[in-house]
Amino acid sequence: MSAAHRTKTVLALTLALALFLAGPLILPIYWLMILTEILIMGLLAMSFNLLFGYTGLLSFGQAAFFGVGAYATALFLSKGGSSLLVGLLAALGAGALAAVVVGYFCVRRDEIYFAMITLGFGMMLYTVAHNWSGLTGGSDGLPLMNVPALNLLGREFSLFDPVVMYLFVFTVTALCMVFLWRVVRSPFGLMLTAIRENKQRLSFVGAGVQNLRLAAFVIAGALAGVAGGLFCLFNSMATPDIMHWAFSSRPVLMTILGGSGIFFGPLFGAAIFFGLEQLITSVTENWMIFLGIMLVPVVIFFPRGILGTLIDVVRTRTKHTP
Amino acid sequence: MESFVINLLNGLSWGMLLFLISLGLTTVFGVLGILNFAHGSFFMLGAYLCMQVMHIIPSFWWGIVVGPLAVALLGIAIERFLLRQVYGRDISFQLLLTFAILLVLDDAVRIIWGPGYHVVEPPALLAGVFPLFSGTYPVYRLFLVIAGPLVGLALWLFFQFSRWGRIIRAAAMDREMAEGVGIRVPMLFTAVFAFGTWLAAFGGALAAPHQSLAPSMGERIIIESFIVVVCGGMGSFPGAFVGALILGLFESFGTVFLGSAQMAVPYMLLAAVLLVRPYGLFGREV
Repeated sequence: MSAAHRTKTVLALTLALALFLAGPLILPIYWLMILTEILIMGLLAMSFNLLFGYTGLLSFGQAAFFGVGAYATALFLSKGGSSLLVGLLAALGAGALAAVVVGYFCVRRDEIYFAMITLGFGMMLYTVAHNWSGLTGGSDGLPLMNVPALNLLGREFSLFDPVVMYLFVFTVTALCMVFLWRVVRSPFGLMLTAIRENKQRLSFVGAGVQNLRLAAFVIAGALAGVAGGLFCLFNSMATPDIMHWAFSSRPVLMTILGGSGIFFGPLFGAAIFFGLEQLITSVTENWMIFLGIMLVPVVIFFPRGILGTLIDVVRTRTKHTP
Repeated sequence: MESFVINLLNGLSWGMLLFLISLGLTTVFGVLGILNFAHGSFFMLGAYLCMQVMHIIPSFWWGIVVGPLAVALLGIAIERFLLRQVYGRDISFQLLLTFAILLVLDDAVRIIWGPGYHVVEPPALLAGVFPLFSGTYPVYRLFLVIAGPLVGLALWLFFQFSRWGRIIRAAAMDREMAEGVGIRVPMLFTAVFAFGTWLAAFGGALAAPHQSLAPSMGERIIIESFIVVVCGGMGSFPGAFVGALILGLFESFGTVFLGSAQMAVPYMLLAAVLLVRPYGLFGREV
């Protein structure tokens, strides 16, 4: 990365950060809540993209870990837990634990088989959440009776205030994204990319492909769990439908829309997804058909996604001008 | 004994429907190399178009002939204009393209026919029930149990022994070589995809009197036929048959032995098979 390029990236990131922080000042409450949801789903999509974009594994069960995280937070808080931080850590731990077990079986498989077996395990977890009424409340879900207040500098902030909720979600997701950034930029992250490009070569030079994949799977599961915990706080509820495969397709679609080769592609995709949903559902409730129609050209002509294509265009432009 | 026979027949009739649908899925995968997410939507369209034709000509037999043919035409258009762009690309993108088609078709059905349920009456010949032990059993389900293997056998003979069947198998095995000996592969691909969609739609039309029509009917069938195809071995004919039978029977007997945990049966079957035999029961390592 050249020095000029780096300054540009830093500038763009600072600008984005400033915009996100200015959100509560410029946006009406309704859109602020949508932005909160974009951040949560963006984190889920980015956790998925660690597997898809970086490691080359198409997971169709990422929502299961999202749901496991949501239930972990809901159970912790409804059984008398009073710390938000511990609630989210429970989500992280539960997501990681579920991912260790499921991942152990899945990471040996490739391509379609990986997609199908993650879908299968995801739906198994969905069935557990749906049918084990004693623990999860069955299809009605598990409501959060009390959301503990955020203790900061000796003052209490209630998360029922959308602005506080937004800033809380923003802080947590930003921390997770920084962590993810460090992961993909580390030697470990490079090994994951190497798995995507040619896993045979990598195993010939002595790397344990299975273990690396499992590690990526667990990290992705843990981050999806955190996103699920946030989603549970945001909705004051954990329901089984967020674990269904139809929900698992969302991070996939967001990632494809935004661009799987770009670090922030999935987040961008989430923003497009929700933005369009708001726009179109205000006119008609059949918004899936529009999503499908938009997805077809993206998949065929812009496999690098919308953000990826935009970045490519900007890069070639700047190269040609002297 | 009585409940055993009824469960057996239920499992067989559902299994035979699954078999027909999985057959199209596995053929398309075997030849084109594409796992078609929209296959369940073609199944659903087959059922709805059968119903629509019956509104014009009130005969089930017209519906089951015309409806699936209309869907096959749609399949031709989809292959020509969409799928053809992504052959040779990463398999995930092919899967996602067909997923996008699924979104469009499912919502289109919801817009055209509404979100509610519809019922298709079985033809007079197959309506009604016959006595079985102390109770009765629908004739139509028995018809499914018999029709499924017959259609399967006919297709198997076609693929195994006819000239066209051989050409299709040759193209599936080695596309370049087939082109080299003068087979027009692009046209063949279109034909095979049209055939796969026709088979899905035919299964849908057959299923129409067996279950109620709703916009979600494709969603269940696609996941279950994925499971059948992956368990049986992708691209394998006997695999689809055995996989469909196992899944159908497991599901109908699962309701007896497992109660509400029965929902998880297909997924447990999938995981168990893939763990023991990674390429499915009849699949070969690729």
